[in-house]
Amino acid sequence: MTEVVAATFRQKTKKSKLVEKGVRWGIFLCALASVLTTFGIIFVLAKEAIPFFREVSLVDFLFGTKWNALILPRSFGVLPLLMGTMLIVIGAGLIALPVGLASAIYLSEFASQRVRKTVKPVLEILAGIPTVVYGYFALTGITPILKSFNDEIPVFNALSASIVVAVMILPMVASLCDDALKAVPRSLRDGGYALGSTKTEVSLKIVVPAALSGIVASFVLAFSRAIGETMAVTLAAGGTPKMTLNPLESIQTMTAYIVQVATGDIEHGSISYHSLYAVGGLLFLITLAANLLSYKILKKYREEYE
Amino acid sequence: MTPVDEAKKISEKELMNKRPKSTKPESNISSGDKENDLRNAELKGEGVVISYGADQAVKGVDIAFPSNKITAVIGPSGCGKSTLLRAFNRMNDFILGAKVEGSLMYKDMDLYDKNIDPVEVRLRIGMVFQKPNPFPKTIFKNIAWAPQMNGYTGDIAELVETSLKRAALWNEVSDRLHDSALGLSGGQQQRLCIARSLAMKPEVLLMDEPCSALDPVSTSHIEDLMLELKEQYTIVIVTHNMQQAARVSDYTAFMDSGNLVEFDETSTIFTNPKEQRTEDYVSGRFG
Repeated sequence: MTEVVAATFRQKTKKSKLVEKGVRWGIFLCALASVLTTFGIIFVLAKEAIPFFREVSLVDFLFGTKWNALILPRSFGVLPLLMGTMLIVIGAGLIALPVGLASAIYLSEFASQRVRKTVKPVLEILAGIPTVVYGYFALTGITPILKSFNDEIPVFNALSASIVVAVMILPMVASLCDDALKAVPRSLRDGGYALGSTKTEVSLKIVVPAALSGIVASFVLAFSRAIGETMAVTLAAGGTPKMTLNPLESIQTMTAYIVQVATGDIEHGSISYHSLYAVGGLLFLITLAANLLSYKILKKYREEYE
Repeated sequence: MTPVDEAKKISEKELMNKRPKSTKPESNISSGDKENDLRNAELKGEGVVISYGADQAVKGVDIAFPSNKITAVIGPSGCGKSTLLRAFNRMNDFILGAKVEGSLMYKDMDLYDKNIDPVEVRLRIGMVFQKPNPFPKTIFKNIAWAPQMNGYTGDIAELVETSLKRAALWNEVSDRLHDSALGLSGGQQQRLCIARSLAMKPEVLLMDEPCSALDPVSTSHIEDLMLELKEQYTIVIVTHNMQQAARVSDYTAFMDSGNLVEFDETSTIFTNPKEQRTEDYVSGRFG
């Protein structure tokens, strides 16, 4: 009797059980690794930043208006760095968000199938160019053009960096907005057309509002990408921490400061060294908040048109 | 009677009896009327061929939709009835590779004339779709949007109210006009879509299986509504539901594999069709 059963039903063997278990644990460890890395980064940031905050109060750090970390007398007010970052981010946003959204509307609503098939992969390739190349491009391509208009513009300036960061985030904005617009169901467009609306009316007044959550989320992601951008702004914007809103001056961003300290000959364990982690931590918190926000926006409005 | 009273009457009637309209086809059309109706029909197609690439979905159809009547187009899935319907307000323009040949006329307007703006066609010939497709906006804005876009200068609040009353939806939504339309039930959403079309004051209403996604009560609401509306509009409805065709329509067109098999008064189609295939279909032997 038992022989018959064994022939008809395949039984679990020791080996197959072992394989099952091995695969399960293997995948679990991979998943665990990425989570642990994140926590590891948070831990290191916090641990190394603590000595900094023993000497500099949080208030002085967050609201101080002078950043002078490397030469005496030292001063650790992060506002100039934050302002430098924001100058770049806002400048880049002013250029990239409208242009990105407009090109997405064109791609999704107006472009022929052929144009779409060509442009969409190009956008994705653009997003893959190493950022240091963009920085070099800003320095050798954009800045000379700016200087040809006004020779007094310094070689390192925020405007040039803004433009190049805009060029960097543009493909991402265009591509993500295009996805959001494409996700709006055909039936909504049909509804608009059947009411005697033109293509422009349907695109701008029905499709764009319906895709708003995806569009806003792409904006927030672009914002967080621009904040975190390092090499291009380090190369193009310079290394002068400054409280200014003038994009034609040289400034320093948070990321550029981190590069400067990390590549310089700062003594390990000094206050300047620990300041790196304080700035890094702040950067981490800002981008984390931005990413959470975009996740929230997407999740909250995802089923809006269903 | 003002539209307000009229709408009140409609909704009162709705409350009074679940199925106010007769379930039998209107039988008061004599064959003299039929010839008259066809002669006076304003929406007509001659030799209509519609193809997607190499596939012909509609293979040379001559058809006329009598004015101020409801014409049902029935037939098995894939027979080309929706394609034909969509050709009459140029909704096939958006389908890649779709080609419409033959003559499609509304009054003396050639719907596919090079100089005709498809937007103008759709302003006069409105459409209600299979799946309710309210915009993700408020109830109010769903209706106000298109008229405002087209430069409506009258009292927009009044237009919204009248349109909702005509679509027998006002009583259910008057206290939440500024809530999202997506909070409505499927049947309410479909009536909102009808109200939205009515606000543009079209002359013809094309309905593409408007009740296929709805429950029986919502369906009966919409059928009642159609019977009210035909006083002012020419209505063409594509439907899979033969009882529905029999209940609401004055004329019925039966299509099969891209051809118009038979067109006649609804009572004739359902009781005494000339073609064997029509009889097989309406009696449920195929399709």
